[in-house]
Amino acid sequence: MSKLAQLAEITASIPDGAVLMIGGFMGVGTPPALIDELIRQGKRGLTVIANDTARPGVGIGKLIDAGLVRKVIASHIGTNPETQRQMIAGEIEVDLVPQGTLAEQVRAGGCGLGAVVTPTGVGTVVAEGKRTIEIDGVTFLVELPLRADFALINAKRADYRGNLEYALTARNFNPLMAMAATTVIAEVEEIVPVGVIAPDMVVTPHAVVDHLVTQE
Amino acid sequence: MDEKTLIAKRVALELSDGDLVNLGIGLPTLVARYLPPGIDVSFQSENGIIGMQALPAGQPPLKDLTDAGGTPIGATPGACAFDSAMSFGLIRGGHLDVTVLGGLQVDELGQLANWMVPGKMVPGMGGAMDLVSGAKRVIVAMTHTAKGTAKILKRCTLPLTSVRRVDLIVTELAVIEPTADGLLLRETAPGVTIAEVVAATEARLIIPPDVPTMPLAA
Repeated sequence: MSKLAQLAEITASIPDGAVLMIGGFMGVGTPPALIDELIRQGKRGLTVIANDTARPGVGIGKLIDAGLVRKVIASHIGTNPETQRQMIAGEIEVDLVPQGTLAEQVRAGGCGLGAVVTPTGVGTVVAEGKRTIEIDGVTFLVELPLRADFALINAKRADYRGNLEYALTARNFNPLMAMAATTVIAEVEEIVPVGVIAPDMVVTPHAVVDHLVTQE
Repeated sequence: MDEKTLIAKRVALELSDGDLVNLGIGLPTLVARYLPPGIDVSFQSENGIIGMQALPAGQPPLKDLTDAGGTPIGATPGACAFDSAMSFGLIRGGHLDVTVLGGLQVDELGQLANWMVPGKMVPGMGGAMDLVSGAKRVIVAMTHTAKGTAKILKRCTLPLTSVRRVDLIVTELAVIEPTADGLLLRETAPGVTIAEVVAATEARLIIPPDVPTMPLAA
């Protein structure tokens, strides 16, 4: 079964109001063609779970610029004044989460765990309204898993079955998010014949990847 | 020497051979320039690499190799790349020897606030809360005051980054060690008197009989 999809067609399957996990860190490892196509198709009311919103005109920052996003769950928006402006104006809801907690919430969502317990944020505003648990005399915060309708992944290379290989710091949240969404769409720079990526080099197994698109 | 260089040169002396170190964006990044000879440390960047270095002169930037601010970097021989769960597993799991972070405020309990100013600046905490909670040693590298306003306070007025007591505060005036008994004045900067440090500090300082002058890396 070929997982190769047309960019416009597969993007059209994402409804307005969808919850998206989008890989990347300051735009590095964010799928560029999928971002541009979401804007071209004028999606509305999206919820975006991502590390950050990059900068205006870069990566997820483009979705913010175009006003497609209703809610952001991220660890950092400080490099994007437009996200901050929309937050202050009440146009966008922003949940700020410590970066390591966000990574574990996504991992938990993808790995069937009911929660993660972390020392990060105990005694700070992050702990407000959350349960704590004491284990061997240490207090931890109970953080709940995150899942999404779609994960938009960026990888260096795929084979036609959908095995993924990443490049350097463009890996970041991508392999975690590829586990945590109902539908996983991976945008890759190159698709190679099955067998070219050696089993030990595969980071995301093909079994979790639903669709592959290339940068046309 | 400007105050940021002085702070970086003092912090550099805190690093030991073999350390795994995470430097925050801004002033802390300068520390890498002043590593003493013979000290081999590995720098981690929380976006997923051990072995980051400044982009070597003449080397073209790679789009997939950046620091946590999105700036192109180089990678040392033997560098390794990994995902964000591994990156924060290293940070939270006690594998990171030292983190050097900037600060907005530190208080008598050694608690750091460095991620938001309500109503003015809400950038998000990024990796700071995990770094302060998880690193073996937390060093705060910051200017002693903000344009004359004290930053070392009895209690932080800004939202805390962590309730964990940080290990060392290095400013252009002094080196201060938060202890169970309070803030211990360890060193003063060259040409700075104890009285000048006290005057620029709101928190009570414990002043031992002998307060040496800050040594600096070359």
